[in-house]
Amino acid sequence: MTQSALVIGGGIAGIQTALDVADAGFKVYLVEKEPSVGGRMSQLDKTFPTLDCSACILTPKMVDVARHPNIELLTYSEVTDVQGAAGDFRVTVKKKPRYVDMTKCTGCGSCAEACRLKGKIVDPFNAALGKRSAIYVPFPQAVPLKYTVDPTQCVYLTRGVCGKTFRCKDACKAGAIDFTQQEQCVELNVGAIVTATGFDPFNATLKPELGYGVYPNVITSLQFERLSSASGPTAGKILLGGKEPREVVFIQCVGSRDATTGNLYCSRVCCMITAKHAHLVKDKIHDARVTVFYADIRAFGKGFEEFYDRVRAEGVQYRRGYVSEIFKRGEKLVIRSEDTLLGKPIETPADLVVLSTGLVPRPETQPLANLLGLGNSADGFLAEAHAKLRPVDTAIDGVYLAGCAQGPKDIPDTVAHAKAAASAAIVRLRRSEQWTVISDQFTLSTTH
Amino acid sequence: MLDTETLVQQFDLLACIQCGKCTGGCPISPKSALNPRALIYHMLLGGDFELVSRDELWDCTTCATCGMRCPKGVKAYDLIIGLRGQWIESGKIPTTLRAPLTATLNQGNPLVLPREDRTLWADGLDVKNVAEGAEMALFTCCENAYDPRVQPMPKALVRILRAANIAFGTLGLDEQCCGSEIRRVGESGLFEYLRDDNLEKFQAAGVKKLVTTSPHCYNVYKNEYGSPGIAVEHYTQTVARLIAEDKFKFGKKFEATVTYQDPCFLGKQNGVYDEPRAVLKALPGVKFVEMDRSRERSVCCEGGGGRMWLEGTNTKVRLANDRIAQARETGATVLATACPFCFLTLSDAVVATGHENDLKVMDIAQIVNAAI
Amino acid sequence: MKPRIGVYICHCGLNIANTVDVEATREFARALPNVSVARNYTYMCSDPGQALITNDIRELGLTHVVVASCSPRMHEPTFRATIHKAGLNPYCLEMANIREQCAWVHADKKFATLKAMDLIASAVAKVAWLVPLQTREVGVTQAALVIGGGIAGLHAALDIADAGFPVALVEKQPYLGGRVAQLYTTFPTQERVADLLAPLIARVTQHPHIRVIANAKVEQIEGFIGNFRATVRTRPAFVDATKCDACGKCVDACPVSVPDAFNANLTPRRAIYRPTPNAPLVVDATQCTYIQDRVCLSEPRCVAACDRHAIDFSQAETVSELNVGAIIVATGASAFDATLKPELGFGAAANVITSLQFERLAANPAEFAKAFGAAKEIAFVSCVGSRDATTGNAYCSRVCCMVNAKQAQIVKQQFPAARVTIFYADVRAFGKGHEEFYDAVRQSGVRYRRGYVSEVYRRGAKMIVRAEDTLIQKPLEVEADLVVLGVGLTPRAETDEVANLLSLPRSGDGFLLEIHPKLRPVETAVDGVFLAGTCQGPKDIVDTIAQARAAASSALAPLCRGTVKVESATSTVNDEMCAGCGLCVATCPYGAPALNARTGKTRVNAVLCKGCGACAAACPSKAIQVMQFTPRQILSQIAVLA
Repeated sequence: MTQSALVIGGGIAGIQTALDVADAGFKVYLVEKEPSVGGRMSQLDKTFPTLDCSACILTPKMVDVARHPNIELLTYSEVTDVQGAAGDFRVTVKKKPRYVDMTKCTGCGSCAEACRLKGKIVDPFNAALGKRSAIYVPFPQAVPLKYTVDPTQCVYLTRGVCGKTFRCKDACKAGAIDFTQQEQCVELNVGAIVTATGFDPFNATLKPELGYGVYPNVITSLQFERLSSASGPTAGKILLGGKEPREVVFIQCVGSRDATTGNLYCSRVCCMITAKHAHLVKDKIHDARVTVFYADIRAFGKGFEEFYDRVRAEGVQYRRGYVSEIFKRGEKLVIRSEDTLLGKPIETPADLVVLSTGLVPRPETQPLANLLGLGNSADGFLAEAHAKLRPVDTAIDGVYLAGCAQGPKDIPDTVAHAKAAASAAIVRLRRSEQWTVISDQFTLSTTH
Repeated sequence: MLDTETLVQQFDLLACIQCGKCTGGCPISPKSALNPRALIYHMLLGGDFELVSRDELWDCTTCATCGMRCPKGVKAYDLIIGLRGQWIESGKIPTTLRAPLTATLNQGNPLVLPREDRTLWADGLDVKNVAEGAEMALFTCCENAYDPRVQPMPKALVRILRAANIAFGTLGLDEQCCGSEIRRVGESGLFEYLRDDNLEKFQAAGVKKLVTTSPHCYNVYKNEYGSPGIAVEHYTQTVARLIAEDKFKFGKKFEATVTYQDPCFLGKQNGVYDEPRAVLKALPGVKFVEMDRSRERSVCCEGGGGRMWLEGTNTKVRLANDRIAQARETGATVLATACPFCFLTLSDAVVATGHENDLKVMDIAQIVNAAI
Repeated sequence: MKPRIGVYICHCGLNIANTVDVEATREFARALPNVSVARNYTYMCSDPGQALITNDIRELGLTHVVVASCSPRMHEPTFRATIHKAGLNPYCLEMANIREQCAWVHADKKFATLKAMDLIASAVAKVAWLVPLQTREVGVTQAALVIGGGIAGLHAALDIADAGFPVALVEKQPYLGGRVAQLYTTFPTQERVADLLAPLIARVTQHPHIRVIANAKVEQIEGFIGNFRATVRTRPAFVDATKCDACGKCVDACPVSVPDAFNANLTPRRAIYRPTPNAPLVVDATQCTYIQDRVCLSEPRCVAACDRHAIDFSQAETVSELNVGAIIVATGASAFDATLKPELGFGAAANVITSLQFERLAANPAEFAKAFGAAKEIAFVSCVGSRDATTGNAYCSRVCCMVNAKQAQIVKQQFPAARVTIFYADVRAFGKGHEEFYDAVRQSGVRYRRGYVSEVYRRGAKMIVRAEDTLIQKPLEVEADLVVLGVGLTPRAETDEVANLLSLPRSGDGFLLEIHPKLRPVETAVDGVFLAGTCQGPKDIVDTIAQARAAASSALAPLCRGTVKVESATSTVNDEMCAGCGLCVATCPYGAPALNARTGKTRVNAVLCKGCGACAAACPSKAIQVMQFTPRQILSQIAVLA
């Protein structure tokens, strides 16, 4: 019997793992809890340091997983039970009802246009900066491009009636809307499991002194991605309340390296995300004054230091000192910090403040970790088998980690980690299949 | 010479990464030479440090914002208190501190008033002694006990507790300074004496629960007396609970727009932000408005850390004056607080800025009392 | 039959639509000759975008498709698959790059729109001449070659071998373990490297599917993905391992003394030596005077000293040829040569050492105590050879901050009385557990002072470290007994050789270049050749291992499948026009064309050909054409622009 693998999480880590394992000839089930694969990377505008458009490089991979003959996509689904052991895991996956018949939906969007709640529901994909309908696709390049009814918002599903007639149902020419759908469970038999459940951005309201949630022009780096993105709520213009900021401040290490939040660790990506954002502001608003407050700039990856050099050359000012508080004076925000290189407390005015929020473990990973028997590191992320030598293995044979579920990582490190997990899974699957040893065929000749 | 190595160990300064968050958030640093980060760095580097030339050390209000925000858990204000301690030990005690310290030792209060006058504020109120049997002991701050400007506050509190039928008492003439400010000016010996003496008196009177008028007393009992098995509450917590339990009715309306100054020792240092607001919002007639800088982002009134007795190096800029301006921006007519130090500094500032007619500083207890 | 062309214009969100009037462009395209339909859409690469194309092919009977969007590098495979799904030959597609070559580089919407129209018109003109090509598959030799036996190569080899495929692991040194073998402990867990490495090496050497070829060099590589042939030359040890009892008399007898590179040149070694403390004896042929010049008394002294007659100068080099399907390059990195920063005093003073030397000293407790035991003040210098335009290394070396921290902690742990100061500009403690380790190191009493060290010079027995403490803005002079330079990682000197061997490009920093920095960190421009570890850029051990296993995963795909698809748009030779001059053979970077000895004319090996067109351009008699880029196709493109 050909062995299969289960990959949990359809972000870039899960996508890459699934593609590699499938390319090696194994069947892969890719389970994603959201209606589309893509994960956090799909929310990004550009990627550092090359400024590749994130959607442009991610979309082909998303399309690839959907099209791969060896991959079965289970979107809007969650793993609810795991039994057995390596080589023979029996996994239960709950498929949540979309209330949309996937075989009929053409992704035309008439339903969302017709929805009573159109433009009223806070859109998590747009990091709460935009609004959507109760029936939605998370983003235009979604894979699969099938609509989903948000059961927590839909008037019919929450209150039992939606006027005299369902507007979405009436609007759907394909007859795809089906409110009779029920949750379904499927059982999978797999030889290896890769956990690629990703991260959450740090909740910036836990740093009240920075005024997030108080001032609308204090936003997080994820929100900046959406602001800057062509497919975002402002169509790529850096606008807040319709106004273009003149003075923009970036604040590093929000929720990272910070005992007050319990997150002692460095989140590894925020320095470069900010450098990229600072560049984007300069690119879109040439005469904007851009200041970055930091304690150490961690530009460690390939081409990162060079990018940091470039951003400073573009006129972005780096001032060494963590920001202590933000308040309002007149129309402007005032950022209080010390410039530790001058030894002086300073006040910096701003129209827009971007908090470079760190990466934290997803709370919903924990029940899954419990099901799989996985442990946590001190920082709360999933624990690998050995900090130095076994970054993708876990204490459980046949269960592997990929990407930010194991700890913060940028995209290339995530891809490498995911491919490493794929390699581990392939080795495990081939072992289970009891392949016959391929004879030592590669030596042609030896001469003296 | 200053033993910086010991200070480094004592205050865990090795954790510091010199990020400047302490100095950046310090309410005093913009107007003074005080720079907590640079102080820490000095200690880390060792070498000469001429303590007694550092007058700015007396500018610190021990509001603790520096320590609260430090990403590495360093408490810069504790270092400053430690340095003050070394200064005091050297015998060169700042002149204005001498009398309060001596009086606290001899009379049990820093206001240089007789010990036997401590209960004068309660004359005619018929307040029981806690030893006679009471569910809680009301602990009045020295300021509330002696300073006529803030004596109305404990009086109001007595009426509130009575309206809720709470059996309470005071320690009578056994009450003396809690030592919070004494510790903060660096007189740790005197503080330890007061602590031990007070604990003995609490035990003798059988105190199980202590309600304080001042956030400073609240903080010191809660956090710096060890764990003597006595429950401690600030009175705003007590009143908020009584209101939630529906223990008394408000007979009158208090028609005013009210904003609130978070005392650092209540809010920032102990996370008590909601109870004072809950009390104000529960009062009929009160329209509650927030200042922009409130709760975790509140600003010190410059009354703590011994600053009641020390002018500081820069008297031209006073934080309390700024605070009055910020309170007026909200449109409030009453600036509420729940701390005798805040009350006094803000009251002075209202006068100094010439706004005594359009902004009234009141303690929450007074406002509640006015609505009963 | 007249071609029926569909033109599809992508907005790419706003990437294109902001600068190009997509609607006007669509109307323009609709009017071009042979165009049956022209459409625009937000994201042509998305499912609904692709559905537009497949529907039109089916319903309008399109014969050719033009997609005007991004670079073909990005989405040509996507759209080829799209039209293939709808029944067209995948090669009947032409991409007009109106993003990178138009929207992204122009600001003026009017002219950008005109340019987009031109690009589309020329793509339409060309697409009509495109002919169907067949996609082809070739078989794969199900074995792999791993070049480099360091921590990366070891892990890559293990995964491939564990998956059941034979692996040849070629290591230039006589020992396995590479750079990591020189280290004392790891950060942040402070584990002994020897304890970690020994079981790993044992597993590799004992693996039934791994053949370790140490003391060897890959000399030549021919072929292509699935079908590489590597020539490996192995140097002999000149010591018969079956006879040698490692008594060491030969070493004592050897008159040659050279710096021991394994020991970071701290100590000398002989020409016959142990490459690592536990490795068997070998003769370094490059240093042995007998091998080089046939002089070493009448009989080589080592031979005379050896009671067991184990030394055998008759041993000869062997040359092996290996057939493999995939190659992993794991050739590692070097430590920065600190003499290139003369102001830091390395080489001029014995008490200035590099971080690599520190590791070697620390591995030897007696030596370490001798060097550090009496030191009162020890200074660590960060970023030596990294983040430094004066050395040409603009990049950050990624590991040195943590190496400094670890070494400072080792000193503090063993000699608590020593004052240890680390000079830095930014502390880059970014990995899992690293910030926490940095916290612990400060707690151990190590002082961090912000400011790069400007110079190190001698004053008496002490070294003076000059820097500015930028946090107090004061120039400093620190008297140190020992200065440790945190040297960065640089590409190995032999990187060019490796790059040439495999036709691999290098990135600006000199390391080997991956094909896409974000999403394809281990693949290279050469199919079937993958990068692992520090040859691609500085990395710590854990990131190196992740990348090595990633490279293994990439290599496993063709090995597991047994076949690979190869490029179809290759070059073809018109025999009648070929003069057999051989210019194409000299031009081709992939070795695809070869002169047929019998006919004297060129034949192109279609499997090797990448379709780059270099041969066609070089051919003086225009005998070579590249499918998809024939003169007729290109000229018709140019004609519409004229």
